[in-house]
Amino acid sequence: MSTSEGTTESAIDARKDEMRTAPGAEEPTERRRAQQYRHRKEPRAAMLLTAAAWLAGILFALPVAWMILTSFHGETDAAKNPPDLFAPLSLEGYRTFFDAGPWPPLLNSLTASVLSTVLVIVLAFPAAYALSIRPVKAWTDVLFFFLSTKMLPIVAGILPIYLFAQASGLLDNIWLLVILYTSMNMPIAVWMLRSFLAEVPVEMLEAAQVDGAGLATTLRKVIAPVVMPGIASAALICFIFSWNELLLARVLTSTVAQTAPVFLTGFVTSQGLFLAKVCAASFVVSLPVLAAGFAAQDKLVQGLSMGAVK
Amino acid sequence: MTTSAAETPLDAPETSEDDDGRTTQPAGSGKWARRLPLLPALVFVIVLTQLPFLGTIIVSFMNWNAYYPDERGFAGVDNFARVFTDTNARSAVFVTILLTVSVVLVSLVLGLLIALLLDRRFRGRGVVRTLMITPFLVVPVAAALLWKHALYNPEYGLLNGMLTWVFGDDAPQPDWISNNPLIAIVAALVWQWTPFMMLILLAGLQSRPMDVVEAARIDGASAWQIFTHMTLPHLRQYIELSALLGAIYVVQNFDHVFTITSGGLGTANLPYFIYQTFYTAQDYGRASAAGVVVVIGTIIIATLALRTAFTLFKEESR
Repeated sequence: MSTSEGTTESAIDARKDEMRTAPGAEEPTERRRAQQYRHRKEPRAAMLLTAAAWLAGILFALPVAWMILTSFHGETDAAKNPPDLFAPLSLEGYRTFFDAGPWPPLLNSLTASVLSTVLVIVLAFPAAYALSIRPVKAWTDVLFFFLSTKMLPIVAGILPIYLFAQASGLLDNIWLLVILYTSMNMPIAVWMLRSFLAEVPVEMLEAAQVDGAGLATTLRKVIAPVVMPGIASAALICFIFSWNELLLARVLTSTVAQTAPVFLTGFVTSQGLFLAKVCAASFVVSLPVLAAGFAAQDKLVQGLSMGAVK
Repeated sequence: MTTSAAETPLDAPETSEDDDGRTTQPAGSGKWARRLPLLPALVFVIVLTQLPFLGTIIVSFMNWNAYYPDERGFAGVDNFARVFTDTNARSAVFVTILLTVSVVLVSLVLGLLIALLLDRRFRGRGVVRTLMITPFLVVPVAAALLWKHALYNPEYGLLNGMLTWVFGDDAPQPDWISNNPLIAIVAALVWQWTPFMMLILLAGLQSRPMDVVEAARIDGASAWQIFTHMTLPHLRQYIELSALLGAIYVVQNFDHVFTITSGGLGTANLPYFIYQTFYTAQDYGRASAAGVVVVIGTIIIATLALRTAFTLFKEESR
């Protein structure tokens, strides 16, 4: 956050003074003793904290590890209680999943996520410019209007969208989802890109102005290269949210344009033992997000916090 | 941090156009030159979010059920009266609030604890952070399916499997979802949102000026004093930001309720209730009235939340 550091520091200094004069403050000798004590104790406490951190990480990752392991087991082994960790590996689950025709939905998800992400960035980037570098007068109001649309639950507008799509023949059409995902992610992208653009050095823009560069050129050749990390963060987040979306896709698509999450909900209603194939399907559908998120962890952090954390 | 660069554009609206140095055009055309890059995105969002909502308001005053197309007409406030007297609708409001508050609070506390654990140097810190992020990167529907079938299932789910490991053949084998349907959904959501909170709070922790903390420690401040007097005040805006963003998404949660309980066992929240009224019961009028009620409720809560965001934002642009 680009808070002016002077004020923060002075505030902390004030707090430090408070502590210095606090009634609990120790005398020098006592302090030294406390430090020695702490030194003796440190290794064991540090080891405990490290162990706790590892335990938390393992506990949180465990369900995913379990999902991946189960997806490679045969159906009968997957349904055992107690679970058989060392059951022979099998591709049965994946075979059933890929036989069910997941490619069209996966490609639909890819189309909707990638195209809407491109569209979001193309529209949000100039908008962010008009909210930061050469701001319009009421730029704070505009910014908060964008954020407020994010608080309008999707479900409150879904019926008119459905009726419109029905009337215009856009039901079960992937382009409708591209457009809706674009509007769904626009506020986040505008917020994020604005906070990145606000840090572009002014001198750089002035130089471009002197060279007589037009707006499009300035955006493309001068600003875009500088804020590329920010654009990447915004794009990653928009991609993930589009890929994950279920409600709109479920209501507005059926056989032709259904996306991977919709396919996944339909895939489970089958009979008999199905745990291995559900795990295989869940893993395959999550794989693009897992891969993108792991590859760009830092971008993910910046993106999730709308660029407020850098 | 590049404070000076951030300040100039942010202060620009306050400074008049001539001392801005960057605007040489006459005021009138300059205004529109400023607005132009903003318009496509703004128009796009207005058309796709405000127009549909306007439609919802209109339909909410209509008697419109797709199963009875002949009876379509003006209904006055009947739909609203039915929403407010309907026990299902009232329970949906209650469930939504309960779900949002408990998921956001629990994942905030857990996220803060884990962020504190990860804010130290230790062997494998990067690996642990990666492990922690994993839940957030599972597609929500897939995560809900995973919890429902692979973890909660009373016959072959991992939870009861572990009970059998520990207690042998006569271990208790509870039906997790039927016994505590809401807690089952909350747990699955907390699992996905804790990493989100943790990441933002960890970034906040790492932006602390460490030399000052070190100075306080040398001056004899205890770990607890440092935490309550320095760490928490510094983290405040990060906590508010993660709570606000988390709440925006959890309020609208549909995937988990739809997948884990299909809205049964008293777990239908507002998004699910509206989906059901509109998609299954085809009662467009009542679904729209419920939608309008949700939006009014959201506006009330959002105004409070936005005020928080606004103070954040002021601090940022200071």
